[in-house]
Amino acid sequence: MFNILEARDLAPGVRYVRVEAPKIARRRKAGQFVIIRATSDGERIPLTIADSNAEEGWIALIVQGVGKATKTLNRLGAGDAIPDVAGPLGMPSRIERFGTVVSIGGGVGTAIAYPSAVALKEAGNQVISIIGGRDSSYVLLEEEMRAVCDEVYPTTDDGSYGYHGFVTDKLTDLIEEGRHLDFVLAIGPIPMMKAVAEVTRPHSIETVVSLNPIMVDGTGMCGGCRVAVGGETKFACVDGPEFDAHLVDFELLAMRNRAYAGFENTRLDEMDQECDRPQLLPVVPGGSA
Amino acid sequence: MTEFTLKDRMAMARQKMPEQEPVERRGNFTEVNLGFTAELAVAEAQRCLMCRRPVCIEGCPVGVQIRDFIGLVAEGDFDGAAKVIKLDNSLPAVCGRVCPQEDQCEGACVLGRKDKPIAIGALERFVADYERLNGIATADAPPVSTGKSVAIVGSGPAGLACATDLARLGHDVTVFEALHVLGGVLSYGIPEFRLPKEIVQAEIIQLEKLGVTFTTNAVIGMIDTLDDLLGEEGFDAIFVGVGAGLPRFPAIPGENLVGVYSANEFLTRVNLMKAYKPDAETPVYDVTGKTVAVFGGGNTAMDAVRTAVRLGAAKASIVYRRSEAEMPARNEEIVHAKHEGVEFRMLANPVEFLGNEEGVLTAMRLQEMELGEPDQSGRQSPVPITGSEWVEDVDMVVVAIGNSPNPLLQKTTPDLEQTRRGTLVADGVTGRTSKHGVFAGGDIVTGGATVILAMGAGRRAAVSINDYLNTGEWEIEPEAPLVG
Ligand SMILES: Cc1cc2nc3c(=O)[nH]c(=O)nc-3n(C[C@H](O)[C@H](O)[C@H](O)COP(=O)(O)OP(=O)(O)OC[C@H]3O[C@@H](n4cnc5c(N)ncnc54)[C@H](O)[C@@H]3O)c2cc1C
Ligand SMILES: Cc1cc2nc3c(=O)[nH]c(=O)nc-3n(C[C@H](O)[C@H](O)[C@H](O)COP(=O)(O)OP(=O)(O)OC[C@H]3O[C@@H](n4cnc5c(N)ncnc54)[C@H](O)[C@@H]3O)c2cc1C
Ligand code: SF4
Ligand code: SF4
Ligand code: FES
Repeated sequence: MFNILEARDLAPGVRYVRVEAPKIARRRKAGQFVIIRATSDGERIPLTIADSNAEEGWIALIVQGVGKATKTLNRLGAGDAIPDVAGPLGMPSRIERFGTVVSIGGGVGTAIAYPSAVALKEAGNQVISIIGGRDSSYVLLEEEMRAVCDEVYPTTDDGSYGYHGFVTDKLTDLIEEGRHLDFVLAIGPIPMMKAVAEVTRPHSIETVVSLNPIMVDGTGMCGGCRVAVGGETKFACVDGPEFDAHLVDFELLAMRNRAYAGFENTRLDEMDQECDRPQLLPVVPGGSA
Repeated sequence: MTEFTLKDRMAMARQKMPEQEPVERRGNFTEVNLGFTAELAVAEAQRCLMCRRPVCIEGCPVGVQIRDFIGLVAEGDFDGAAKVIKLDNSLPAVCGRVCPQEDQCEGACVLGRKDKPIAIGALERFVADYERLNGIATADAPPVSTGKSVAIVGSGPAGLACATDLARLGHDVTVFEALHVLGGVLSYGIPEFRLPKEIVQAEIIQLEKLGVTFTTNAVIGMIDTLDDLLGEEGFDAIFVGVGAGLPRFPAIPGENLVGVYSANEFLTRVNLMKAYKPDAETPVYDVTGKTVAVFGGGNTAMDAVRTAVRLGAAKASIVYRRSEAEMPARNEEIVHAKHEGVEFRMLANPVEFLGNEEGVLTAMRLQEMELGEPDQSGRQSPVPITGSEWVEDVDMVVVAIGNSPNPLLQKTTPDLEQTRRGTLVADGVTGRTSKHGVFAGGDIVTGGATVILAMGAGRRAAVSINDYLNTGEWEIEPEAPLVG
């Protein structure tokens, strides 16, 4: 069993969960994830390691409740325990001294981008961070990002906070202002990552995205997480999850992620009937599908 | 007890394994074979000629003392029979169910030449089940500790067999498994209706009683490398039994459409994650009333197609590019699948999967094959017949054309020599690899093979690990046959 040391809300339906996992805390690198099961008969779901502390022996997860597994996890608190945490999994982020890099996080994607932003800064890059959310409550980790990045631009779709517009609008502004950008890391809903890829493509700015296909084992055994990159089939759990944004087939990814849409809705309906306070929470624009 | 003459014995009919009726079993996941009763077992055992030179044993990769255990069954001493089997095989309840007996022990039995071989697998299964159900399994008391420790990577049959022998020798054994459940393919691959998971668990409990430590969720290569295990974790030796778990895809257009599964994913969702149960949390594609095609001719393909039948598919077929004679699956599985209504379509191969604008599979393009020259496997190779393509509707496809070794571990262990096929290079007798202190066996060395071969490799490696721990000598015969 893995003990939960701390759990608190970050935004509506988004929780920060700190789990005791000393070995993973020591081994993990930015960009890697774990596969967890929240209950003994639960689904195996992948979650990025958002932060860790090797001395204190914990890892932090930032979880958006979108379906049964994530919502079950998000109901747990300090003192609870979860049966399975396997990791670290996946290839670490490519961390190099690129020059000026932009880290773009959309909704809970910011949590996934955060550790890479930290590592990119440590590697000597000038780091610009764009944090997007539907409205002010979904702009995550702004303080944390400010502590490590050179520039931070919160954006909201409705203009309730920060820059009024999508993360891609802010990125376009930066490019049009003549800023020289060497590398872009974009993590968030699929339509957002696709849009970022289209913004940077004409300028040949190297761009990496972190893909979120449906996974089962996370070790390269099932092939369920396969994605098409540059016309080749890759297993995101072992070959990724980060890939060259200009080569990813985002349409395929979006379609594959809808494979169980009907099933998941039934599960959620059942879950909402079971619990006292219905938990149908708003989802980040674009959703994870 | 009645004395039978040779002639009497030869005249007796082979006992038939009682099984669930096809109509009934099509709708459930409980075991198809029901097992011999004590009467049937004794009657079958009495057919054995007690050969002076029991050739059946030569057919068994681990050399189970077949004649002796069958002799004890004939006398009604099931407990004694269990003890004899366990000398050579620590997972008899599993092997009795899944060994390709027709190619191994039963294939070698003298009675097979004239008539019907002794049902060795069914008897082995009976004895093991009898022992388990009557609670007489006497786990040997943990022996005196040698103070040496061994890490076993992977909890499939190779790892479990190696762990058993090393623990019995008094070594401190820890098994690391990537998944949250132990057993390897026995747990995530082979379905409940062929191998109840309860049996695999019972075997693992026996090992725990022997003092073996199990660590799940431990993906070696990611959390610890082999060097970490030998270094900071302080293990004296390692056995690598990580299997061949990387699913192959045909590399044809449309293979990533929703509705196209690898057998590994389909079976993992159903077996490991229990997607066949109505209240399961893990989904599997709903095939109720749908058309399913499974590509392949091995046990994996049979398991997948029979699983699809049980999930309610209206039409389920095996599509295989050679002819039935070349199918590597166990005979029994082929027969069972046919009785369950599976359609067998030979000499056909997919060239494309077609989908709708939602990215969901709707049809497949197949082509007709013919058999040409023998290939490396000695089987006639399938050759496409030009201009023979056609398209037909299909709702779900399962690709079961084989697995390759998963490169995860090798990636972080560059000094572990591998073949071009990605299998590990290991001495065929001792299991020693190119890396000092590291042994390997099972599917990771041979490529996808069988449970009993993996167990045999695990046991041979245990002998050699014990030698190494006792002498500290690391020698690899350069001329020794390298498997891989
Ligand atoms: C490498 C990786 C890292 C991830 N990191 C995080 C993270 O740090 N925080 C976070 O909140 N989420 C993360 N995700 C997404 C998270 O795994 C899914 O939201 C979760 O599995 C959904 O499970 P569920 O049962 O709650 O929802 P479900 O009811 O199963 O699904 C809800 C929707 O989520 C999508 N989905 C379903 N299963 C998965 C799956 N296994 N992976 C991805 N999407 C899925 C589907 O589009 C579905 O419509 C990550 C995914 C991957 C692949
Ligand atoms: C569907 C199916 C049906 C089959 N039917 C039969 C049959 O009827 N009869 C028969 O004899 N054979 C059958 N086989 C073949 C047989 O199951 C295999 O040959 C056998 O299981 C190989 O054993 P193994 O111990 O080498 O590997 P596996 O059983 O594959 O076990 C390897 C284990 O290692 C774990 N692992 C992998 N990488 C790591 C890592 N890096 N760190 C930690 N753990 C790791 C895996 O999760 C797995 O649990 C079947 C195979 C399949 C897939
Ligand atoms: S272990 Fe397998 S091959 Fe050996 S006797 Fe038993 S069933 Fe036959
Ligand atoms: S070869 Fe057949 S008949 Fe002879 S001992 Fe073995 S099982 Fe009995
Ligand atoms: S999740 Fe199974 S291969 Fe990637």
